[in-house]
Amino acid sequence: MRSSVIIFPGSNCDRDMDVALKKFGFKNQMVWHNDQSIPKSDLIVLPGGFSYGDYLRCGSIASKSKIIKSVIDFANSGGLVLGICNGFQILTETGLLNGILQQNKFLNFICSNVFVKVKDKQNKYFKDLKKDVLELHIAHNEGNYFCSNDELKSLEDNNQIAVTYCGEDGTENETTNPNGAIKNIAGIFNSDKNVLGMMPHPERMIDKYLSGEDGSLFFKNILDNFK
Amino acid sequence: MKIKVIVTLKNGVLDPQGKAIQQTLNGMNFGNVEDVRQGKYFEIEVKEKDEKKAKSLVDDMCKKLLANLVIEDYKIV
Repeated sequence: MRSSVIIFPGSNCDRDMDVALKKFGFKNQMVWHNDQSIPKSDLIVLPGGFSYGDYLRCGSIASKSKIIKSVIDFANSGGLVLGICNGFQILTETGLLNGILQQNKFLNFICSNVFVKVKDKQNKYFKDLKKDVLELHIAHNEGNYFCSNDELKSLEDNNQIAVTYCGEDGTENETTNPNGAIKNIAGIFNSDKNVLGMMPHPERMIDKYLSGEDGSLFFKNILDNFK
Repeated sequence: MKIKVIVTLKNGVLDPQGKAIQQTLNGMNFGNVEDVRQGKYFEIEVKEKDEKKAKSLVDDMCKKLLANLVIEDYKIV
């Protein structure tokens, strides 16, 4: 499975993502934001970081960069596009995903492990995933997902909520919500479920000695579903 | 021609920074501060002599980049 990771000025999880993808057998390439086209890919990843210094709004400047038109065309033709953290913020700013990531409710930068519940498995990312709750890592200042009531209803009606913050046993409530996100939302899909944006970093959970291996499950699952 | 734009959060959208500023002001004995909403202010120099045209250009910029209409309103002043 071929993948491309887009690098923006200020991206800082691009190399971690490259390591993770290659570890599980993706043929990965790095693509510079100023390029006009993307090499033939089955998956495009927008990595975490602080693209363009988070100027104006997180992800807003990156969402107008040269490469983005190719990303949007790829997504609209059904290609898999995964945005992690800042990548999720960029996807909302392009309009490929609904809503926006606002500043965390308690104004703090959060860097910690969290549990997320997989809410939908009828998609190429989570289909046949063995676990329902994953332990992943978050590191963000703007992860407080917000959208209008109409958009929320449509996300719920179409099962577009991908993952939600929860406890180890899967309970979702205010105490398991780190950043104030509406309905504990940690990640969502577009309506065709080929575009996934989420705040947690699976690429930081691929080594049992360093962190955990729930990220490994995530990447292996994408590969298994592609075969 | 210089066009000025103010971008603010829509009513009802949580503004944690505004809230923190309000609480700080209250703590500084500005007890009659009931609410603070924080926004952004832009001065845009447009190469255009016709004010109407310049404002219409800036309006387009607001919709496409300067404001995110999911949570923000803008005002060209």
